[in-house]
Amino acid sequence: MKSTLKLTLGLTSAMFASTAVSNVAHAEDLTLCWAAWDPANALVELSKDFTKETGIGMKFEFVPWTNYADRFLNELNSKGKLCDLIIGDSQWIGGSAENGHYVKLNDFFDKEKISMDDFVPATVVGYSEWPKNSPNYWALPAMGDVVGWTYRKDWFSKPELQKEFKEKYGWDLAAPTTFDQLKQIAEFFQKREIDGKTVYGASIYTERGSEGITMGAMDVLYSFGFKYENPEKPYEMDGFVNSEKSVKGLEFYKALYDCCTPPGASNSYMGEGVDAFKSGQVAMHMNFAFTWPGLQKDENVGGDKIGYFANPKGPDGDQFAQLGGQGISVVSYSDKQDAALKYIKWFANKDVQAKWWSLGGYSCLNAVVNDPGFPASQPYAQTFLDSMAIVKDFWAEPSYAPLLQASQKRFHDYVVAGQGSAKDALDGLVKDWTEVFQDDGKM
Amino acid sequence: MTEAGLTMLNRTADSVARATPERLARKVRGISDKGLAWLFISPTILLLLAINIFPLFWAIYLSFTNYRANRPNEVVRNVGLANYKRILGDQDIWIAMQTTAHFVFWTILLQTLIGFTLAWLIDRKFRGHAFWTTIILVPMMLSPAVVGNFWRFLYEPQIGLFAYAISFVSGIPATQIGMLSNVSLAPWSIVIVDTWMWTPYVMLICLAGLRSIPEYIYEAAEVDRASNWRQFWSITLPMALPFIMLAVLFRGIENFKMFDMVNLLTGGGPGSTTEVASITLKRQAFESWRTGYSSAFAIILFVAVFGLANIYVKALNKVKQR
Amino acid sequence: MSLTTAHSVVAPSATSKLVAGTIIVAYALISIVPLLWIFATSFKTPPDSIAYPPKIVFQPSLEGYCNLFSTRTRQTPEYINSLGPATGLCDETVRKRNMVIAGPSNFMPRFVNSLIIAFGSTFCAVFLGTLSAYGFSRFKVPLADDLLFFILSTRMMPPIAVAIPIYLMYRELGLSDTALGMILLYTAVNVSLAVWLLKGFIDEIPREYEEAAMIDGYTRLQAFWRTVLPQATTGIAATAIFCLIFAWNEYAFAALLTSGTAQTAPPFIPTIIGEGGQDWPAVAAGTTIFLVPILVFTILLRKQLLRGITFGAVRK
Repeated sequence: MKSTLKLTLGLTSAMFASTAVSNVAHAEDLTLCWAAWDPANALVELSKDFTKETGIGMKFEFVPWTNYADRFLNELNSKGKLCDLIIGDSQWIGGSAENGHYVKLNDFFDKEKISMDDFVPATVVGYSEWPKNSPNYWALPAMGDVVGWTYRKDWFSKPELQKEFKEKYGWDLAAPTTFDQLKQIAEFFQKREIDGKTVYGASIYTERGSEGITMGAMDVLYSFGFKYENPEKPYEMDGFVNSEKSVKGLEFYKALYDCCTPPGASNSYMGEGVDAFKSGQVAMHMNFAFTWPGLQKDENVGGDKIGYFANPKGPDGDQFAQLGGQGISVVSYSDKQDAALKYIKWFANKDVQAKWWSLGGYSCLNAVVNDPGFPASQPYAQTFLDSMAIVKDFWAEPSYAPLLQASQKRFHDYVVAGQGSAKDALDGLVKDWTEVFQDDGKM
Repeated sequence: MTEAGLTMLNRTADSVARATPERLARKVRGISDKGLAWLFISPTILLLLAINIFPLFWAIYLSFTNYRANRPNEVVRNVGLANYKRILGDQDIWIAMQTTAHFVFWTILLQTLIGFTLAWLIDRKFRGHAFWTTIILVPMMLSPAVVGNFWRFLYEPQIGLFAYAISFVSGIPATQIGMLSNVSLAPWSIVIVDTWMWTPYVMLICLAGLRSIPEYIYEAAEVDRASNWRQFWSITLPMALPFIMLAVLFRGIENFKMFDMVNLLTGGGPGSTTEVASITLKRQAFESWRTGYSSAFAIILFVAVFGLANIYVKALNKVKQR
Repeated sequence: MSLTTAHSVVAPSATSKLVAGTIIVAYALISIVPLLWIFATSFKTPPDSIAYPPKIVFQPSLEGYCNLFSTRTRQTPEYINSLGPATGLCDETVRKRNMVIAGPSNFMPRFVNSLIIAFGSTFCAVFLGTLSAYGFSRFKVPLADDLLFFILSTRMMPPIAVAIPIYLMYRELGLSDTALGMILLYTAVNVSLAVWLLKGFIDEIPREYEEAAMIDGYTRLQAFWRTVLPQATTGIAATAIFCLIFAWNEYAFAALLTSGTAQTAPPFIPTIIGEGGQDWPAVAAGTTIFLVPILVFTILLRKQLLRGITFGAVRK
């Protein structure tokens, strides 16, 4: 027994000694925080050039999407020094600006002659500005992203399926342009045997823990006529959030979930969506555009087997898509802000942005996306441009987290757990959101 | 100073001490008993004051404010009992409490039944019982979070082992066994994992209870020709009851606080069907950052556990006295 | 088992032993299956791990372990061919999937954090716990019962409830995301259990030993060091393993109060993902490596452990 204790003691003291050594990181290394996803790996590759140019080493802290907001908002709120640079989600901008987590970049942009006019306008509003539509910049648009769809071109072009589809629905099987068509296609493929495997209609967002189901449902609701507030009167939500059109939209989302998703897809977000598409389970797949470069390269479903389409139109012909993507910001608690700003300056460079696109990132620089060669540079480039032209985003208010939680709960309770009606869910949402804004003193 | 030197010094001190009055002797020998007692106890008390009590009082203070930890620049207002009223009037909170109650009730029931049965069987001391007991104990040593995460994989409807095994036995297609996606199955998914993990714990305590029953009682019963069945109901069960109740208490407290396993297994979903109180609290406190509000909820939870546990301990003592 | 007083059946018949043995063995085997599955999954390739029906027989592979310890980027085959020959088994494995190793993953630092925090806090909790248990056991401490109850009741608080004020406090003190902060917190949580368990063990050691030593001229402190401590080693070991298991497995505090620098393995392992969702072989590999120390401890110290559990139950 004694020896065990001694061993424990010895081990403990050895541990302390060894970490004291290992914790001495290179003073000049910058830590960049982002989500763990394909573009982050591309950024690691890209940043090697930065280290080569400046001698400043880069370290990375990547967290999966489902923990991303939790972890990093917690980190920022605890005034942590882990991250020098952070690529924070678009909706964080209000809170991070008002609570002093991010360094304001206006002076730096003026000094370094970085102009926000050089970036895609939707991304500047979405990722950099707070308050919205005012020239106060807290981030540099880093990664353009938007919800769109991929589909199995090879299945869609099977003659026997095309024939059967035409007979059943009276139009040619092709990428849908309205949500009605999308649902018909999904129903058509649901539980169909293709190449000896049972396949399903579509993979959509249903994740409960972070933001999944809200991103997915909103992506549909916008085109059905959902509005966050009265355009004439800010924060007036009754009759807009829970309008009849919104109810129709949410009912549609539930119908799509009930009829046409793979079994057990009750908690699926970007990663699960990619898995479902890659494993050949689904005919269509809702996901952010960042997944497309990876899927295009996939041995089993990529190449000429995959096609892309922008979010379809709603019943009234409205067409919108949920904005994703992020800007890169300097954390105000960092001790290495100068080096961090150097990184941003480097990143804003046109050549770097062009390489960023070629490695699998989505550049927001006009010079890159408006280049005549851009639409043809990748099979998904045109769909990306089309989608970026119709974006809408969730609340970016400082209270975005409780707003998001309310919608996560209301949507999941209705869509996945089947409790109450769509009208109940949206009425409840108006109530929850009203409470949040009242707490903020905005109503 | 070498040990020998130390001893020698003490010896000298001792011989001086013997010649002096009692109080002085203690001083010479070193610290007085009372001083030593406080020297030994105070670090623990200080640590608990700093890390447990001070924060608790802080939380009590915060529960009367509208403080939000992610708004350092905002004025903190005293809101009186508003947070408490809001929580007690919030339907979602009551639903979370019901979910917690369902979870606590069924886990305790199953764990006690299975745990006691196992202990009762192991007590027969068949060959190799020690080895198999150790094997049974393994699940309770593991991290609930890491295990909860892995059970998510076992529960997958197509590729998961659990669904496959169930469909193999029952003939229901594996794709229909959505343990985590089906609203009526999900509450059971967390009960199953918790029962799997913690039945061994209940079993151990029951085993200690069974082994504490003196053998002569059974011998006396044999003499009276009491049937096995009667012996079980009139000796084994009543005498092991305090232990069973203790196991229930421990598991009850633990499962009332349950967070890690459920958070990783279901995250409270689908909808809010497995959202136990701790998950609601975490969402309010660390996602919505309603610090004042969630502090009030935390206090309510603490008072609830504490109150229930105290009532229960009183009942337990009554049983023990019988 | 160390408790060998009596059992509930005077003389179990051979049949009843057989039936009992069969049921227990069956239960043990079923309850161990999920763990064996974790172990098996860690040696599967990613496609094998998500095959339907689940594969029981498969070609073992170290890909899960390679993925656990590295971060990888997808590259074109032309690019991979332009590199030199693979430098190791892992390099070779990931290249087959059109990837190259970009660097080490965060698993190792997180695992080391777990070691430091778990052992550090266990040591502190047992150290403080032994001292106070001795204090409570041997001296008349005013309000001792209330103090002991208070110490124990601190364990009843839901961890999230504790975490709210701790979070605010650590933010002010700069202890967020530090190993020191986590060690202090785990020590505080564990010390209540340690005091409670150890007081029982020390109560059992006859006072006569110390008194004899003190008559021999030892001071109280020396008597404690030379007679009580050696007698209490079993109790200390049992307590230490309980504290260690708690600190090693703890998730809620670690998830809320650490982010990168001091994060331990439990909040990290569920975040191991591949190109899509979770990379199950890598998660299984991480889980296996994480579970091994606790399994070894459990088996080595099972006697003390059992004594600790049953003893705690008897005492309350």
